[in-house]
Amino acid sequence: MQRRYRIDKGIKYLLFFSAIVSIIIVFLIFFFIFQSSLPAFQQIGLRNILLETTWRPTNGQYGILAMIVGSVMVTFMAIVMGVPLALGAAIFLAEVAPRAVQNVFRSAIQLLAGIPSVVYGLFGMVVLVPIVRRIPVPGNSGYGLLSAAIVLAVMILPTITSVTEDALRAVPRSYKEASLALGATHWQTIIHVMIPAAKSGIIAALILGVGRAIGETMAMIMVIGNSVIMPTPLTDNPLTIFLRQARTLTGNIAVEINYATGLHESMLFATGVVLFILIMIINASAHLILRNGERS
Amino acid sequence: MNSIKIETIHYSLNYGNFRAIEDISIKIPEKQVTALIGPSGCGKSTFLRSFNRMNDLIPGVTTEGEILLDGEDVFKMDPVSLRQRVGMVFQKPNPFPKSIYDNVAYGPRVNGLKDHKKLDEIVERSLRGAALWDEVKDNLNKSGLALSGGQQQRLCIARALAVEPSVILMDEPAASLDPIATLRIEDLIRMLVENYTIVIVTHNMQQAGRVSDYTAFFYTDETRTGRLVEFDRTQVIFTNPKDKRTEDYITGRFG
Amino acid sequence: MNRAELKASSAVQSAAQKQPNRSNLKQRHLSQKFAFGALWVGGALVMLILLVVVGYVITNGIREVTWEFLTTAPRGGLSGEGGISTTIVSTVYLIGLTIVIATPLGIGAAIFLTEYAGETSVGSKFLRSLINLVHFGVETLAGIPSIIFGLFGFALFVSVLHFGFSLLSAGLAGACLVLPTIIRTTEESLLTVPMNYREASLALGATKWQTIYQVVLPAAIPGIITGIILSVARVISETAVFYVTLGGSARMPTSIFSSGRTLALHLYYLAMDTNAFDKAMATGAVLIISIILINLIIDFVSSKLTAGLRENQ
Repeated sequence: MQRRYRIDKGIKYLLFFSAIVSIIIVFLIFFFIFQSSLPAFQQIGLRNILLETTWRPTNGQYGILAMIVGSVMVTFMAIVMGVPLALGAAIFLAEVAPRAVQNVFRSAIQLLAGIPSVVYGLFGMVVLVPIVRRIPVPGNSGYGLLSAAIVLAVMILPTITSVTEDALRAVPRSYKEASLALGATHWQTIIHVMIPAAKSGIIAALILGVGRAIGETMAMIMVIGNSVIMPTPLTDNPLTIFLRQARTLTGNIAVEINYATGLHESMLFATGVVLFILIMIINASAHLILRNGERS
Repeated sequence: MNSIKIETIHYSLNYGNFRAIEDISIKIPEKQVTALIGPSGCGKSTFLRSFNRMNDLIPGVTTEGEILLDGEDVFKMDPVSLRQRVGMVFQKPNPFPKSIYDNVAYGPRVNGLKDHKKLDEIVERSLRGAALWDEVKDNLNKSGLALSGGQQQRLCIARALAVEPSVILMDEPAASLDPIATLRIEDLIRMLVENYTIVIVTHNMQQAGRVSDYTAFFYTDETRTGRLVEFDRTQVIFTNPKDKRTEDYITGRFG
Repeated sequence: MNRAELKASSAVQSAAQKQPNRSNLKQRHLSQKFAFGALWVGGALVMLILLVVVGYVITNGIREVTWEFLTTAPRGGLSGEGGISTTIVSTVYLIGLTIVIATPLGIGAAIFLTEYAGETSVGSKFLRSLINLVHFGVETLAGIPSIIFGLFGFALFVSVLHFGFSLLSAGLAGACLVLPTIIRTTEESLLTVPMNYREASLALGATKWQTIYQVVLPAAIPGIITGIILSVARVISETAVFYVTLGGSARMPTSIFSSGRTLALHLYYLAMDTNAFDKAMATGAVLIISIILINLIIDFVSSKLTAGLRENQ
């Protein structure tokens, strides 16, 4: 009889330990990444890291501004291209598609979500890049921000669509009924009642999408060109900046980590820290938007 | 003698294979309160929701027979336009998560009205019509959800009035309210009937007796299909019913 | 409310009723037709994208996927010759290692979070904030990009602990990556087990752990398995974290300290270092087919789960 209770107590401590492992891991991640980045921050200095555009480790130059711009630009473009389609797909799934079509479509979204990033990268290299290369602008190699943004848009679409669909389905049925009973059309009900009611869920979906976009590594390396120079327009037309090659923060880490040593290696950890902070800024601003939305 | 606002002719409704209500023929008089009473599950709400075709939202529903509004076949009309003429107040108050003003202005706005002054007029008029104006006039921007249950229901009534329907359907409008709020809703119904045809479903027999001019008694047996048993002036139903089942229900022998 | 006021306003109202407001009905219906049409086009576009990507990779890759391809080792280096046998083995080993490490920890954590959350003992306020902290930790981990896990694994497992570029380092890093998934799906699954199962067991004199082990866990198994399968899918698809911890050796792994490459990594190396795009497509085809199979398994397990729930009702 006693033994049962002793086992029970022992198990409880085991479970307790399992639970705090996640906290421990978070702590370890923060610790090791920050610690490994310290030499870079101390010896190179924040200004030289964040505000300089020259990345030439052999010369002792470690400016990652070009990578920050690269990450931000490709994410922004992916959002602009992918979000309308993703939201439309979610509305389609939640309110317009008949049941049979819903099931097929949802499975398709699931499959899109499951395709490995390197496969998207491969498709980008083999199919997308040659197509983009056809755009008649001098210096256009096909690799660059545009190809990368298209690939990224497709990759974040399933995330945004499924979370938005959940948010729309969570809107109480009574709101929909009330709107229709007042003589609104289905579409008016979606626009004026359901989407506003699902606002916080939709914003959460967007944050997840942005997070996924900023964190993507391998697919980006495969199509973005990995140029360490600040992206600028190729010709007088400012739009040609999208055809420029670039490098993301994530790409910077992955491409150089295997042969970097010493200060260079520490700098890659520092890139990781900058990535972290960028993500935290995005999450924090999204929470602010949410809270402001709730207050009004 | 009032004219007939809504007439149903041998109307039946099925949920897939299940016959929910059968062969209902009734003439709802204009600018009177008609109460639909009867035990639970005999199709009163289903019948009510047929008038503004809210049952269309449920997949697998089929109907037989006709429903005429001012002589026009309701099923041949555009449902969106039908619902502007026949408004509905639901059992549980369901104001939108918007301001009081935006709740009431929703209907007119959705119908295309953009003129600020006209909207202001309509909002005030509707809130007065729902006996809510004095309580909220100083803060129309407050969220509709911040009101008490009884106030929310009156907001929903104001919202329905803003669309300027000629019929108002009420599906157990006071069921989730306390007794005082309930009495206020009942007073409101007696006021509104001067300008609107009102059809109300209620479980509360005393309420039906207090509030309505005409009463329809529904009943169901083991088949669980709802049928209309008796329809007459409320006075007659309550003091001199013709059908024994009506009498049993009124005197509380079941239901 | 003033009766006179009411009569006045209702007079205005009945006047308004006489003119039905049909102003923009046609326009609204047209807008809806247009909007819904656009949504259907959007839906078709998404399906098209899927079909193009999956279709292209599979049709171009499948002809290289022969038995020989699957059973020969890749030459490695810049050549691109050979097959994918060693990568399949590495992938399988890595999946096994990651799951073995992450599953007990993840399930244990989830059990603690759901079953011991309501403990009212001396330290209960501490317990509650601890549980919030753990949830916060899980949320944070879930949002960390894969490459950061790679960096972490590189710093801790590869360097400090001297495990080197190995299956072990990769497995540990991968376990950190999938831990949030397992914790979340297990938690959800445990929460769907009805309270009265637990109450019945405890009322019969069983201890808490006996109740969990013999009643709650078995009922939550389908959801837990879904979480594990999702994690398997992640290990197959993820690249960045393993890129930095696994090394890249094309040789057959002989122990957990061996280096190696997963299928996904092999595709990456082929595409970036060699010209063997046909082999890369073939690897991609194998990957996509594996994912399709896994999705089907997940759907099957999920439908068993909902069927089981229906029985319990």
